[in-house]
Amino acid sequence: MTTQTVLAAAGSVPGGEAVTFWILAPLALIGAIGMVAARNAVHSALMLVMTMLCLGVFYVIQAGPFIGVVQIIVYTGAIMMLFLFVLMLVGRGASDSVIETLRGQRVAALVLGVGFAGLVGTGLHRALADSTAAGLTAANAEGNVQGIARLLFTKYVLAFELTSALLITAAVGAMVLAHIERRREDRMDQAATMKARFRPGNYPGPKPGPGVFATSSSVATPARLPDGRLAEQSTPEILPVRELTAEDTTLKGTEK
Amino acid sequence: MTFLAQEPTLADFGRDPWWLVLIKIVFAFAFGLLATLLGVWFERRVVGRMAVRPGPNQLGPFGLLQTLADGMKMAFKEDILPRSADKVVYFFAPVISVVCAVTALSVMPFGPMVSIFGHQTPLQVTDVSVAVLLVLACSSMAVYGVVLAGWASGSTYPLLGGLRSAAQLISYEIALGLSIVAVFMLSGTMSTSGIVAAQGERPQLEFFGFDVSAPGWYAILLFPSFVIFFIAIVGETNRAPFDLPEAESELVAGFMTEYSSLKFALIMLSEYVAMVTMSAFTVTLFLGGWRAPWPLSIWDGANAGWWPMLWFFGKVLLLVFVFVWLRGTLPRLRYDQFMRLGWKVLLPLNLVWILVLAGWLKTQGWERADRLILYGAIAGVVLVATLIWPSRRPAPKLTLAEEVNNRPSGSFPLPPLDLQVPPSPRTQRIVAEREPANLADTDSREV
Repeated sequence: MTTQTVLAAAGSVPGGEAVTFWILAPLALIGAIGMVAARNAVHSALMLVMTMLCLGVFYVIQAGPFIGVVQIIVYTGAIMMLFLFVLMLVGRGASDSVIETLRGQRVAALVLGVGFAGLVGTGLHRALADSTAAGLTAANAEGNVQGIARLLFTKYVLAFELTSALLITAAVGAMVLAHIERRREDRMDQAATMKARFRPGNYPGPKPGPGVFATSSSVATPARLPDGRLAEQSTPEILPVRELTAEDTTLKGTEK
Repeated sequence: MTFLAQEPTLADFGRDPWWLVLIKIVFAFAFGLLATLLGVWFERRVVGRMAVRPGPNQLGPFGLLQTLADGMKMAFKEDILPRSADKVVYFFAPVISVVCAVTALSVMPFGPMVSIFGHQTPLQVTDVSVAVLLVLACSSMAVYGVVLAGWASGSTYPLLGGLRSAAQLISYEIALGLSIVAVFMLSGTMSTSGIVAAQGERPQLEFFGFDVSAPGWYAILLFPSFVIFFIAIVGETNRAPFDLPEAESELVAGFMTEYSSLKFALIMLSEYVAMVTMSAFTVTLFLGGWRAPWPLSIWDGANAGWWPMLWFFGKVLLLVFVFVWLRGTLPRLRYDQFMRLGWKVLLPLNLVWILVLAGWLKTQGWERADRLILYGAIAGVVLVATLIWPSRRPAPKLTLAEEVNNRPSGSFPLPPLDLQVPPSPRTQRIVAEREPANLADTDSREV
């Protein structure tokens, strides 16, 4: 394997690794804090990208090249999704409001977050405290990628498959929720469209533009039919039909 | 003349003195820059030829300096920052693109072991055991350059281009990754130098009882993977016919609409470097890397020393030409067609191909009879499945009369189908008014 592996197995921290760590560790922390603190949701997602990149490099310098690179690939994709969700749900340029809508939300979130971290930490500690470290040389004996593949597809194959089943269920669920079924019978053919168009009560021609034959060129002023009635179709539905007052119709003194 | 062991292994990397590392990095970077300068010129000339016009031919010999002049002009232009832009992200987006495109060049093997100032060293900046995944990581980070450029510009067209690009790159990265899986399965390694070395062997395949010495290049051995991979990298590099994020007929210039001056130059740079990087990646994975192609490989020295770099550049140039050729030939796909191609064609094809290949590799060590029974059983299952697969019965072919009767009421009125068009009375009149030239056969000419 590479020189890094050999040196790491010997138990010493080489200079390059230390320098990389001391440069990237503050960056990772800044990213993590910035992710929580940033007001703009997109900036928050970008801060998360920075943290994940730093973590990926940490894995690589600790002689786990596969997990490091996969960390970058997977998390960039995942955060890109987050990014798109932000754009789709919140909109561009939307910022967090500083007003607390739920009373005591922050305190509760803080307590629950710390509690959850404690739970996970204790669980991991109790599960792994007794296990002895095999060491990098033994773990990477047949190559880093091959070692991970062997474990993943033999010892942990059930957990691996269960996780993927969970993910696929989530993906299928998302598709079912987002899918709009259009049956063939619901589709209108040309003849049906034409019949609907010429149905009594529906005006088949193009709608008259507002302001045609009217006393003003405002969008809100309906057109007039040849017999002097107002053509209500000429104004958008959201605008009320407005009869002009005498003041509106008087000359403004601009036509000299 | 003797040729020493030329194949670099992973153990050969990480032993260079610092100045050699520096030389290699500068060389790879300069290669990227130079490839951009020449690539823009090459593309314009070739597309010009394809459009039966000369292309840029005024500045320098064959117009070679045209790109340089354009680059200088670009650098001196005013750098416009839109008022609604997100300043920090707007600045960093092109930088991310360039960094990702150039970083991927660092694991491309340009050649075998050579001697530089007395040091035996591989012609490659570095290699790790997961080098191919590193390139994938770079290309998935490069999405951020495009998407952030679109988002940070603060206007509509760039945002649309950025969103398109996000969907496009994520979809095509799956096809890209899956087509590389076949390469991993055959070479048994993820390091780029290892894959090139694996393509030097000529595997002995048993093919229905015959021992065949197969060619080593994966483009031939894994032809379906190669085709899917190439289609995917065209999508991944935003090149025509998949240049939807910058579709100029729909989105002005897509994600780079608001960019100008040096930032625009950086985006251009990253685009061309990505094209070259992906070409080099294809050459490494499928076209034998720096190995000499067949007629040259008869000469023993073709795969030794500095010569392989020439073959490598030649292959890269060939692939860049294919990129340009595609641009000059194919119209841009519509967005939904493009997505359908990625998800419904490339992805299932890839999965089936990997399954077939895995089955083939797994059964290579079996007894011949066992193997034939297995293949026969699989073929039988597939055959039965296709036969009893419930398929929508094709609608019975209606006669013309039935079709007319089935038309909904209110349809456009049709003339009767057995209508005999009577001779126009006007024709008769003209004929009647005309003085018959030959009285003998007047009636047969009528109508």
